[in-house]
Amino acid sequence: MKLLEVKGLKAFYRQTQALYGVDFELEEGSITTILGANGAGKTTTLRSISRMVRTEGEIKFDGQDITGLSTEKVAALGIAHVPEGRGTFVRQSVEENLHLGAYTRKNKNDVANDIDRVYAYFPRLMERRQQQAGTLSGGEQQMLAIGRALMLRPRLMLLDEPSFGLAPLIVQEIYEIMARIRDQEKASMLLVEQNANIALNLADQAYLLETGHVVMSGESEVLRNDENVRKVYLGY
Amino acid sequence: MDLFLQLTLAGLAIGSVYACVALAVVMIYQATDHFNFAQGEMAMFSTFVAWALYQVTGSIWLSFLIAVALSFIAGIIIERVIVKPVENAPIFNQIIVFIGLLMIFNNLAGWFWEHTTKTLPSLFPKHGIESTLISTHNLGVILFTLLILGVTFCFFKFTKVGLAMRAAAANPDSARLVGISVGWMLALGWGLASAIGAVGGVLVAPIVFLEPNMMSGVLLYGFAGALLGGVNSPGGAVAGGLMVGVLENWARQYVPGGSELGLTFALILIVGVLMFKPAGLFGRVIIKRV
Repeated sequence: MKLLEVKGLKAFYRQTQALYGVDFELEEGSITTILGANGAGKTTTLRSISRMVRTEGEIKFDGQDITGLSTEKVAALGIAHVPEGRGTFVRQSVEENLHLGAYTRKNKNDVANDIDRVYAYFPRLMERRQQQAGTLSGGEQQMLAIGRALMLRPRLMLLDEPSFGLAPLIVQEIYEIMARIRDQEKASMLLVEQNANIALNLADQAYLLETGHVVMSGESEVLRNDENVRKVYLGY
Repeated sequence: MDLFLQLTLAGLAIGSVYACVALAVVMIYQATDHFNFAQGEMAMFSTFVAWALYQVTGSIWLSFLIAVALSFIAGIIIERVIVKPVENAPIFNQIIVFIGLLMIFNNLAGWFWEHTTKTLPSLFPKHGIESTLISTHNLGVILFTLLILGVTFCFFKFTKVGLAMRAAAANPDSARLVGISVGWMLALGWGLASAIGAVGGVLVAPIVFLEPNMMSGVLLYGFAGALLGGVNSPGGAVAGGLMVGVLENWARQYVPGGSELGLTFALILIVGVLMFKPAGLFGRVIIKRV
């Protein structure tokens, strides 16, 4: 079943157009990645879904058009956005950050259980649960951002460059945990990455974005074996 | 020694009022990065509302509670109707709006209730404690303020809405992404600030006389307290307010000619803090790693 369908998406920052009619879809329970260089429009695509930028075109989540909703209403539908820069609440504690992730949920017991579940995925966060989140390392803040998104019990996770600015070992650790999350939570993810190699390893479907246009799409395997993609984005 | 104690305790009492105003100012500042210059006049107006209700009901506590509740609602409405439309406007436009609010409330109060001074009775009984060190009103003011501040602290620290309000103020984009309606959190902040200001107004009215300009001095001391404690620290603002109250009382007594120089003292404090310790005494420096 199609969880997300995007058709003819155009996005604008004031007068500047960033997307020029982007189409893509995401199957429920699958991971789709959007690859591209700096400025290709990857972050803008995620921001369009979360209604943080002015758009034209169609965005359907679970069959429902969401272009008329506010950002907080989109979140309440079960779309958890891990933003560029991780969006940490720096002055709040780690645990308060997780509680904020569950803001739209009512059942306190479920929330408490889910906090334990997040700590099981990320034991390092448990060690730092009372610490001010701004003092965490970059990798820990990325873990916290993913944990915060999980607290929504999301139907769809939007992940904006989880590898950004992190050491290769940390990136590997985070991607291993994301794979576990996919297997155990049956979560659907829309993953934006510059690091094409690691994203193609995780994702089922891939789209390649260049200056606001989709220039290529297909199974991750297909893109990986494409000669152009290999040269330009994978570097071998 | 008795005189010193008396001065200190009276300073704590008036400082409690400054603390309320400082806290109200800091709450709005944290969410919007602006000082609400109208905070004092809004508190004055609330106090007049309490006075008007007192003329009708004859019960000061009932009037007080209704006035605080009305102030809460009015704060929300002011944010939604007047402040929200300019939230993305340049800073000067916003300041003009705050000053406009100040003048509107000042003039409305003069129009409704005239500029003659009124007396509002104390919330606390005249005779309760037999002490030469502190009056019952002042003792009541201190304890009651501590109670209000404690409740406010617990609200922000331990409730879901309180946490959401802090998150919305600190990082509005992320707050929206977890489903928090940032606009309503701001409005709620205005409501709370306005209610806390009303508490301060009713507490100070028996000391300074009720008239449309009664809060101008108090607001200045409140600003001084907020700056001294640190504009990004609610707890610091409260401590700052109390300290300003005590320091002011000492200065009035012990500095030659000090009795005439109260407001000057507040201004010197404001300028001094801004020059030498802009973050204030308790202002947190946010630690950030990237």
